[in-house]
Amino acid sequence: MSEDKKIHMQLQCPMPKLDFDVITLGHGSGGVLTNKLLDTGVFDLLSNEELDKRHDGAVLDMKGKIAFSTDSFLVSPIFFPGGDIGELAVNGTVNDLAMCGAIPEYLSLSFIIEEGLLMKEFWEILVSIKFACQKAGVKVVTGDTKVVEKGKGDKIFINTSGVGHLHPKANLDINNIKSGDKIILSGNLASHGMAIMSVREGLEFDSEIQSDTANLNHTVAGILNEFGDAIHLLTDPTRGGLATVLKEIAQTAKVGIDLAQSDIPIDQQVASACELLGLDPLYVANEGLFVAFAAEEKAEAIVHSLRNDDKGRNAAIIGSVVENHPRQVIMQSAIGGKRVISMLPGEQLPRIC
Amino acid sequence: MKYLSEYRDPVLAKKYLEEIKASVTQPWSIMEVCGGQTHSLVKNGIIEMLPDSVTMIHGPGCPVCVTPLNLIDKAIYLAIEKGVILCSFGDMLRVPGSEKSLLEAKAEGADVRVLYSPLEAVKIAEDNPDKDVVFFAVGFETTAPANALSVIHAHSRGIENYSILASHVLVPPAIKAVIDDEESKIDGFLAAGHVCTIMGNAEYHPISEDFNVPIVVTGFEPLDVLQGILMVIRQLEQNKAQVENQYSRIVREEGNPDAQKVIHQVFEVRDQMWRGIGEIPESGYAVKDEYAAFDATKRFDVNIQEAPEHPDCISGQIMKGIKKPFECSQFGKTCKPTNPLGAPMVSSEGACAAYYHFSGMVEHS
Repeated sequence: MSEDKKIHMQLQCPMPKLDFDVITLGHGSGGVLTNKLLDTGVFDLLSNEELDKRHDGAVLDMKGKIAFSTDSFLVSPIFFPGGDIGELAVNGTVNDLAMCGAIPEYLSLSFIIEEGLLMKEFWEILVSIKFACQKAGVKVVTGDTKVVEKGKGDKIFINTSGVGHLHPKANLDINNIKSGDKIILSGNLASHGMAIMSVREGLEFDSEIQSDTANLNHTVAGILNEFGDAIHLLTDPTRGGLATVLKEIAQTAKVGIDLAQSDIPIDQQVASACELLGLDPLYVANEGLFVAFAAEEKAEAIVHSLRNDDKGRNAAIIGSVVENHPRQVIMQSAIGGKRVISMLPGEQLPRIC
Repeated sequence: MKYLSEYRDPVLAKKYLEEIKASVTQPWSIMEVCGGQTHSLVKNGIIEMLPDSVTMIHGPGCPVCVTPLNLIDKAIYLAIEKGVILCSFGDMLRVPGSEKSLLEAKAEGADVRVLYSPLEAVKIAEDNPDKDVVFFAVGFETTAPANALSVIHAHSRGIENYSILASHVLVPPAIKAVIDDEESKIDGFLAAGHVCTIMGNAEYHPISEDFNVPIVVTGFEPLDVLQGILMVIRQLEQNKAQVENQYSRIVREEGNPDAQKVIHQVFEVRDQMWRGIGEIPESGYAVKDEYAAFDATKRFDVNIQEAPEHPDCISGQIMKGIKKPFECSQFGKTCKPTNPLGAPMVSSEGACAAYYHFSGMVEHS
């Protein structure tokens, strides 16, 4: 999100005048202070028929197949170039549902706040959640707020769960993948992880890298409408990056995957930052990106269609499913050599030189 | 991309490979000294692209891997028992000490922080005057100037709660030690370009002359490495043995005199333990007495018993190029990046980890 957009959002939803600046343990007690915190405008900001009942849960009228997903969000710092933890928490679950081929509809929203969080920071996160929900077309229908002692959290943790009906044309299943399928990446790799890294204490560097956090549900619905069951599987390469999700799929589906390094779209600044810190972009997290396994004959058309969508404008075919080397992901390097892609044993750490 | 894609051009890579194939008339073993070059070789699949008669031997050039076990134990002790803020380069965190790694110490509550620059650690010391801040200053000659500069900065600003736990290793004595080893049979060397950026090439001429080996100062991008290999092979085939500079876009013959001045202000040469290899004479830097207040080993009373290495780990033979990672009976079985028996399996620049991550096809062939 650009600074201009952020300011515009804050102007549209100014923080109400309050008699407290900081969130304390009492705000999570369930008593007067909790109500006071929620009455500051949390309910007004996210208002909808179900939430406004202020009950412990929401009763939803849903028929047919639905998808259900949950995710927890912890990111440091909570505000980063291109987004914040609030936007991330909405987009994360929305995208997980979209990857199931569902149309996200309802979310739950739970906060675990570390005492001492500034109210104005919490407000900024809430406003961001509101706009992320609007963009994705989803409603927050139930939620919870807890406050933990100073030192027991990292400013704020957010959990969101979501449900949505399956898209009528979606037929996504790992067993649908077959040899010859093309692997499409919807945009530039590694932007989110490197945006976070650029502002992480001790590793800061000047750059214009922005997180790619975005809701992908409309983009996914677009290609499902147009191409239906030519799309065999969708997945978003979040934590662990592209390498990890592809390796997981190769192992589960018992197929081989060939990748071409020179076909993988990546922003130049992001690639340079990865080189500088000794990080491999294949393992860096993404938050607005998906991978589609698609029928060979439709792949070009899918990429063409994606490129007409802002969130897919850098989409590209990056590889294919092969019969050789089942369970292995093999990438052809830029100079033509071959390298086996495996999972990382733990967190990727910046290298010394 | 400026300064990246130029050095990853597939057409030029193919040209170099063809020239290498055309030049080779007999088997040659070439050691790339630096872990960064090992990383580049395996990450780009270069080893597989080379003709069978060219064998790349992976040298001791991963500073993280050769940092003595005892010093890691000391760092962990300082972080846990002395309550210091322990700052380190990222890939040092996972290296196993005798009982645990810094990453595990962090999980137990120690204040361990990953930094990119030692100057950042000085700032942390300035911001936390009631805590001791120790920077785990490891590396080759490359990181020595920045580590020295952090001491000079702390000294000039009167920051008294900052010190470094230094484990600097020097490349030329290591090359000599590798050549001296009876079991090693290296025909030529790729020297580490970034080390020569600082120190220049002067130290390599006597080695090349005395031992009659070609040494090519080489960069880290795939085309750098390929060109470096080609230059070594051309010398070998012509029975020459001299120092050549492949990395001339960065390395000057005299190196960087300003950086050398900073190093010599703070450090003096000493005998140094290399993990897995043993002590190599005059192969490390110690903090000079006049800066003893900034030397964590002198500032704190740290007397940690030397612990033995894992008995099945052959990291010394790996780092001297006597054995390849997949010739180790434990490689990929009991020894994996998730459960490393020795340091070369930990850092992604370590020969074992590099093989494990990137070249499954090589290791199974």
